[in-house]
Amino acid sequence: MKTAVEINHLNFSYRNTLVLNDISFSVREGEFFIIIGPNGSGKTTLVKIISNIIGIQNGSLTIFGQPVRDYTKRLLARKVAYVPQAPEVDFPFSVRELVLMGRAPHIGLLGIEGKKDHEIADRAMAFTGIEHLADRRVGRLSGGERQMAYIAMAVCREPEVIVLDEPTASLDYAHQVSVMDLMEKMKTEKKVTVIMVSHDINLAAMYGDRLLLVKDGRKLCIGKAPDVISGNILEEAYNCDLVFDKSPVGDFPRVIPLPGRYKPSDDKNGEK
Amino acid sequence: MNEAYPSILRRVAIVTIVFAVILIGAMLVGLSSGAAGSSIEAVWQSLWRNDGSEGMMDAIIWKIRFPRVLLAAMVGAALSLGGLVFQALLKNPLAEPYILGISGGSAIGAIIGILLGFSHFPGVSLTAFAGSFATLVLILLMSSGQSIIIKDSLLLSGVMVNAFCSAVILFLISIAQDSRLHNIMFWLMGDFSSSNIHQAMILCLLLLPCFLLVFRFSGVMNLLLLGNEMAQTMGVNVRSATITLFIVTSFMVSVTVSHCGLIGFVGLVIPHLLRLIFGADHRILVPASIMGGAAYVVLCDVPARILPSQGEMPVGVITAIIGAPLFIILLKRSKR
Repeated sequence: MKTAVEINHLNFSYRNTLVLNDISFSVREGEFFIIIGPNGSGKTTLVKIISNIIGIQNGSLTIFGQPVRDYTKRLLARKVAYVPQAPEVDFPFSVRELVLMGRAPHIGLLGIEGKKDHEIADRAMAFTGIEHLADRRVGRLSGGERQMAYIAMAVCREPEVIVLDEPTASLDYAHQVSVMDLMEKMKTEKKVTVIMVSHDINLAAMYGDRLLLVKDGRKLCIGKAPDVISGNILEEAYNCDLVFDKSPVGDFPRVIPLPGRYKPSDDKNGEK
Repeated sequence: MNEAYPSILRRVAIVTIVFAVILIGAMLVGLSSGAAGSSIEAVWQSLWRNDGSEGMMDAIIWKIRFPRVLLAAMVGAALSLGGLVFQALLKNPLAEPYILGISGGSAIGAIIGILLGFSHFPGVSLTAFAGSFATLVLILLMSSGQSIIIKDSLLLSGVMVNAFCSAVILFLISIAQDSRLHNIMFWLMGDFSSSNIHQAMILCLLLLPCFLLVFRFSGVMNLLLLGNEMAQTMGVNVRSATITLFIVTSFMVSVTVSHCGLIGFVGLVIPHLLRLIFGADHRILVPASIMGGAAYVVLCDVPARILPSQGEMPVGVITAIIGAPLFIILLKRSKR
């Protein structure tokens, strides 16, 4: 299988603090790839580099076999779509306007969208199940609806890679599952490569083809869910006692944190 | 074009035409009112008379009122558009065109010009422009490097520069002679009374290219509202777009401020009102703000001219007296 995203010996420091430390991995085309790890481990920095928000300092990033610096901004924007953790919107955009803006990398500077772009936006809203919200103001949606609107915008970009930063954080169970199902559908129906940062290890175990565990900017472990979600590695990464068993539905590993067992460690992790 | 998808080009065209009609109407009202009295009818007749005869009324309309109306329109357009752009750049719907300290800088420049006894135009205009340009450079230097796109550092620099400038302004006022005080107060409230046609034409020449340039960035401004990171991933060169818009807008505002002083609330009220009507799409808001702001200031200038006062009233008094309560009403309504 071909490689969608390849990262080699990536280092990144922010004001003399090393955030990413010699990270190398590759994501295959059409893979559901989930990055897990404790707070402040560099996950967000990593996906921001993949999404071309932050520039590379050291190491290399290749997208579909081509180094990112060989791409124009526009071309890269057509290949990789980024979904932020649904932010507050102070300005009165409607959901339809937001989704349509996903066409920006495909159309000119002024962004004069044609009939085709409107149809793609309609299909993106149908795909994400938010047609009924089309004329609502983005700022007045609930958290889950707003996240869906941003995902629809990413779908409307017709990307080959979609990158999501903790899309299920602060969502209820129904919305968590619908976001994950949607990404599964992106993968199987649209053959899109999905790269996601997640805090929910159990969800990650259910949906991810492969998981990457990072801590303190270092790659701890990469592989299928049962390889990553097991005893020592995960307990070491999160600094707390965990119980592992099997999910009662399907063949997924499951992890449960034990109360009162946080182990303060010497190194300062979790701080940004 | 399919009916289900109203083309954005058509919407922009409709809004542009509607606002052009409003603006022309406002300018006719502006031309037809003044201390000499008159009516729209007289303006209309004067407009279509081709026989070369020029009465007293024609001279008043075209030599005295027209430059003033044109100046008011250009200033209103620039301030309203300036507010719109700063609101997009700072992602803050309450930003105003003076927020980055331009007002303070140009006020100091103008007051120094007045104290030195320069004429209003070009003397005071030039010192005011120099003052605002100096603050612009100062703020750019203060937030230079990476942090220019961090909105809070820009905002705080602006607030601080403005605060410092008001202290200097008060200092200059307190050492000013009584005879000059009146001029200074007028300038601080915004004033069109010394307008002439050269001034108005210069303003047109300087501002029209800026308007076109900002319109070219209207799609980019939409994306910037989603956050700099989001805009970046959409293929926008956030850094160069931000700096370009920032400089062009600051230039626009400096030019207007240096010509007619501080006219408040236009940049706050007009974009806010238009967003309530049309939503947040800048491809529509940019032309609507330009012409809406122009019409607003032209109309506000009418009572400034005809209300009884000692001499004339600064137009900034009217824009603020109407604008501030209007803004509070709009704000309360939009929160609902």
